[in-house]
Amino acid sequence: MSLFNIFIELFTDTTLRTITIGTMVLGAASGMLGSFAVLRKESLLGDAISHAALPGIILAFMFTGSKESYILLIGALIVGLIGTLWIRGIIHTTQLKTDAALGLILSIFFGFGMLLLTYVQKLPDANQAGLDKYLFGQAATLVSQDVYILGGVTMFALLVLFLFWKEFKIMLFDADYAKTLGFNVKFIDILITFFIVLTIVLGLQTVGVVLMSALLLAPAAAARQWTNSLSKMVALAAFIGALAGLIGTGISASEENLSTGPVIVIVASALVLFSFIFSPIRGILFQQIRLHQNRNNLEQMKTLQLMFNIAIKHKDFTHPHSIGILNNFRGFPKSSLNKMVENEWIQISGNQWNLTETGFKEAKEMFHSNTENHE
Amino acid sequence: MEKDRIAIRVDDLTVAYNYKPVLWDIDLVIPEGVMMAIVGPNGAGKSTLIKAILDIVKPIAGSVQVFGKPYKNQRKLVAYVPQKGSVDWDFPTTAIDVVLMGTYGSLGWIKRPGLAEKKAALEALEKVDMLSFKDRQISQLSGGQQQRVFLARALVQNASIYIMDEPFQGVDATTEIAIVNILKELRKAGKTLVVVHHDLQTVPEYFDWVTFLNVKKIATGPINDIFNDDNLTKTYGINYKVAIQK
Repeated sequence: MSLFNIFIELFTDTTLRTITIGTMVLGAASGMLGSFAVLRKESLLGDAISHAALPGIILAFMFTGSKESYILLIGALIVGLIGTLWIRGIIHTTQLKTDAALGLILSIFFGFGMLLLTYVQKLPDANQAGLDKYLFGQAATLVSQDVYILGGVTMFALLVLFLFWKEFKIMLFDADYAKTLGFNVKFIDILITFFIVLTIVLGLQTVGVVLMSALLLAPAAAARQWTNSLSKMVALAAFIGALAGLIGTGISASEENLSTGPVIVIVASALVLFSFIFSPIRGILFQQIRLHQNRNNLEQMKTLQLMFNIAIKHKDFTHPHSIGILNNFRGFPKSSLNKMVENEWIQISGNQWNLTETGFKEAKEMFHSNTENHE
Repeated sequence: MEKDRIAIRVDDLTVAYNYKPVLWDIDLVIPEGVMMAIVGPNGAGKSTLIKAILDIVKPIAGSVQVFGKPYKNQRKLVAYVPQKGSVDWDFPTTAIDVVLMGTYGSLGWIKRPGLAEKKAALEALEKVDMLSFKDRQISQLSGGQQQRVFLARALVQNASIYIMDEPFQGVDATTEIAIVNILKELRKAGKTLVVVHHDLQTVPEYFDWVTFLNVKKIATGPINDIFNDDNLTKTYGINYKVAIQK
């Protein structure tokens, strides 16, 4: 089957369509809220929360005996929030740094979750099979009800984001200052953290506890490369997240045994790599090109200065001189002379060059006072 | 009418981070209309003092009054210029956007800045001579320009009291003079200025009041009365004029 046909099928086949829409909405929500996590320098919080949510899933199953995704995710949400509060508590009350607190909670909760998982799996009840799917996620288990929940939460997050946009922005940039203006920074903080935790939890079914943080961070990191505006960054991160969901689901549908979650994460990472290299604003490639151009420009300006200093010795600055005279001072590339002709700074006829009016002005104004100090 | 109104009154203020007192039992009265420098060595608690006044840092004891009422009821009268280094300048936003944040307080929750706010922000940028940089991404501004943007953000608040944390740190001479001139203009307009300042040489030139601080308050008053070797020695532990080798 060709790739094109697969992408057609993603939206026509009913089962596939549910999964595709689910992963796209998830990608969009993670990208949107992940931007805030990245800008708050709390990228690792996502990782800690998603790992911390594992025991919540297993405990929810143990208490209810149900494997309905929304019940398990409520368990994940509660334990995830407890983990988050705990992390905040450790940072505030002890001298431990943020990274240590995150690492601590991540490993304690995840370890406890694995312990519970192995315990449940040994129970003589066949019903527990499939809980381990939450480790790496399984998009195939998405049903329309999950997609409705995902869509509902995303819409709600969007509404809150829209309402409190200005408050989120000022809190992200300068929380202390926001406080002096009378904003309840704690409330904004809790609001945004709650939505980040909620998004992570919703992603567990599809992407799993281990990889969910990547889906949160990758679209935001990629989007930051393309824009210097917060609103554009958030919108772009949502788009990139959705794109990763779409492409990832398509690729995984084209082959047997390609797990959707990891493929989505790899696609998202590829988009990050692409952005880091090719973004015109911050990309490595264009930075190198600009650096090269600047060097060439400087080279030309230096040559122009040299010519200027020779030319002003004559009454008529357009008086021609031999090209050879330049070599007495310093070497110069032929190409840079040609560029200067293109700029109409100089004219060349045979072995002679002469400064033009434009070139004279350009050289004179280059450093204002500098030119007068030269002999 | 009332001549000697008190802009800020601090009573018995004590602040500690993890057992270690940073500010000890500070009493401070700042009269309206003065231009006060807060000076003291590193770790003297200068920044902490203004953060405690602004309720950013919670004191262990003590109270702060602004024009006779608790600070919380008087927020709109006070504008804060934090240290330039306290924020991430790589944040995706522009100079005008940062200045607009100064209007958020009077807007309150949810409401967005409109035309009137934009106009005020542009005027503030004009005052600090940054109008041509209004759409510049803030990471592409120089240190001095970033400081001017911060100042413009406070100007937009149109407050009665301006509290600034080292506004001259890491700025060039041109910016320093520009900022001083704006501060002097504010003073002429009857505003009260409280500025954490590091450069002792310029204190008498820029300010008319000074507070010496080193965990405890050493002295506070008009420059002419108290800016002397005695207080400098008490604050810095050495007689800095004698200690500098000539």
